[in-house]
Amino acid sequence: MSELETLIRVLPMVGAEPAILDDERIAHVVGQGHRVLSRRSVPGLDLDIEETPDAIVGKMTIRAGMVIEQPIHMCFGLAHPTGSQNIRIDVVVEERATARVLSHCLFPVAQAARHRMQATIDIGPGASLTYSEGHYHGPHGGMQVFPHASIRIGKGARYFSDFSLLSGSVGSLDIDYLVEVEEDGIVELAAKIFAHGTDHITLKEAVILRGERSRGLIKTRVVLEGEACADITGITEAHAKGARGHVDCMEIVQGLAHASAIPIVRVFHPEAKVTHEAAIGSVDKKELETLMARGLSPEQAVEMIVSGILR
Amino acid sequence: MNRLSACMMQTCSKGVVRTMTVPLLDIRTLTFLVGDQKILDRLDFAIHPMEIHALLGANGSGKTTLAYILMGCDGYVPTAGTVMFKGTDLLSLKMYERAKLGLTLAWQEPARFEGVTIREYLTLGRAAVNPKPALAQVGLDPDRYLNRQVDKSLSGGERHRIELASVLCMKPALAILDEPSAGIDMLSINHIINVIRAIKDNGGAVLLITHQEEVAAIADSASQLCNGRIVCSGDPAQVIEHFRGRTCVRCDGEVCGYVRA
Repeated sequence: MSELETLIRVLPMVGAEPAILDDERIAHVVGQGHRVLSRRSVPGLDLDIEETPDAIVGKMTIRAGMVIEQPIHMCFGLAHPTGSQNIRIDVVVEERATARVLSHCLFPVAQAARHRMQATIDIGPGASLTYSEGHYHGPHGGMQVFPHASIRIGKGARYFSDFSLLSGSVGSLDIDYLVEVEEDGIVELAAKIFAHGTDHITLKEAVILRGERSRGLIKTRVVLEGEACADITGITEAHAKGARGHVDCMEIVQGLAHASAIPIVRVFHPEAKVTHEAAIGSVDKKELETLMARGLSPEQAVEMIVSGILR
Repeated sequence: MNRLSACMMQTCSKGVVRTMTVPLLDIRTLTFLVGDQKILDRLDFAIHPMEIHALLGANGSGKTTLAYILMGCDGYVPTAGTVMFKGTDLLSLKMYERAKLGLTLAWQEPARFEGVTIREYLTLGRAAVNPKPALAQVGLDPDRYLNRQVDKSLSGGERHRIELASVLCMKPALAILDEPSAGIDMLSINHIINVIRAIKDNGGAVLLITHQEEVAAIADSASQLCNGRIVCSGDPAQVIEHFRGRTCVRCDGEVCGYVRA
């Protein structure tokens, strides 16, 4: 089986179909290690991707005023048990442009490997970007994964991000996002993670609301089982009149797993407001009992509650 | 006490002949202590198949505690007494085993479930269950509600109705409804009444915990609970009349504090 086949056959595990690579209306990049296996652009999208010995380096630009109808698929991963992958990419969404990026990070057989994504994302005035990143890892764990990004949201622009790691065992995951939001800009960062075994999750998301009437939401859902652990930090700063932010973190801990959640809110303007809520614990007793009173066993009830939270 | 005794001698007037059938639920000398305080005090009563039994009582009289003990909620193990349900020792069963035997509870303040759709909540993985008629019966449009989540986006009244729809879908032998009309607007009370009757039409019995007299009035029989004891039992109209009384019939309000303005 080729490296390309090894990667794309697990695309359904992150909700995508291999057929997207054959569709000429859909832009895509497939990278294995530091090599680009497949790529396609579409009108309105400039895709400049190159291989270097120690990274895949690229720039993706959605031109001003363009609406990219079909999601842009970025598939990165490793087709072997060991190896390293570094991705450095700059994404520019020009003024009033709109696009949706689906990023698939695929490590079906990885056992001792490393993946690092360093992205800068610049969203111009009135533009909109939806970025969904789905990870698929095999059962072995043992990986080190570093998705790091620095994002600037221009005046009246919108950015919606959704990170999910719902199947397989990752090893070590270290997410670090910094988002700066200008006047009337909106950001929503959502993360859903199901950690098993000895997985170690570090998630740090910071939203800096610089502009007037800017809005930010950080929503994190983490379920831990086995001996997994998680350290979650959600930071929101509001610097301008009318800025509004909220941090919402929920972690469910089962077995010997353990977790911490640190919501940090800072307000630097009297007419700004930031709120937060954080909950860590086992599955809610009342939810459990409600389902058991309908005949579900404790195990079935926990499964239903957890799948809902991670949906 | 004469007044109390007279009330307790009443028989049901709505066609459920209590002495002729084996009780579906048979509670004997049920006692529940928290520290030295008796929350339930040697409680005796029975519910027969397809009987709607209203349980009235002031706040703190022990109604919800009884519901939690019967359902087997965590921390609600009685201090003494027995409960037989369909001829089985109910107290020896786990909560979900009680549900599988045909007992269920609609909560006074139902839980919310992030990410779980109303369709999933009503069917709980049972392919044979069609949730649409149950939703329609509680006055909610299935097309608008089935794919919504059972989460904070629902109002208290909507969540209550969905709880009742979930009970309807389960077709229980005995449904404990804890304040089913709480948070329901007056115009929609008839939906609640229809649901209670539908449970009976499906062959089930209902233990109806309520403060609302128009809801209690549809019962076949009723009891009034005060300070953990049944103080009046029999025809709903008479029990409601006692409940309307100026003070508690048992203790004149000295113990339970139930004194009407």
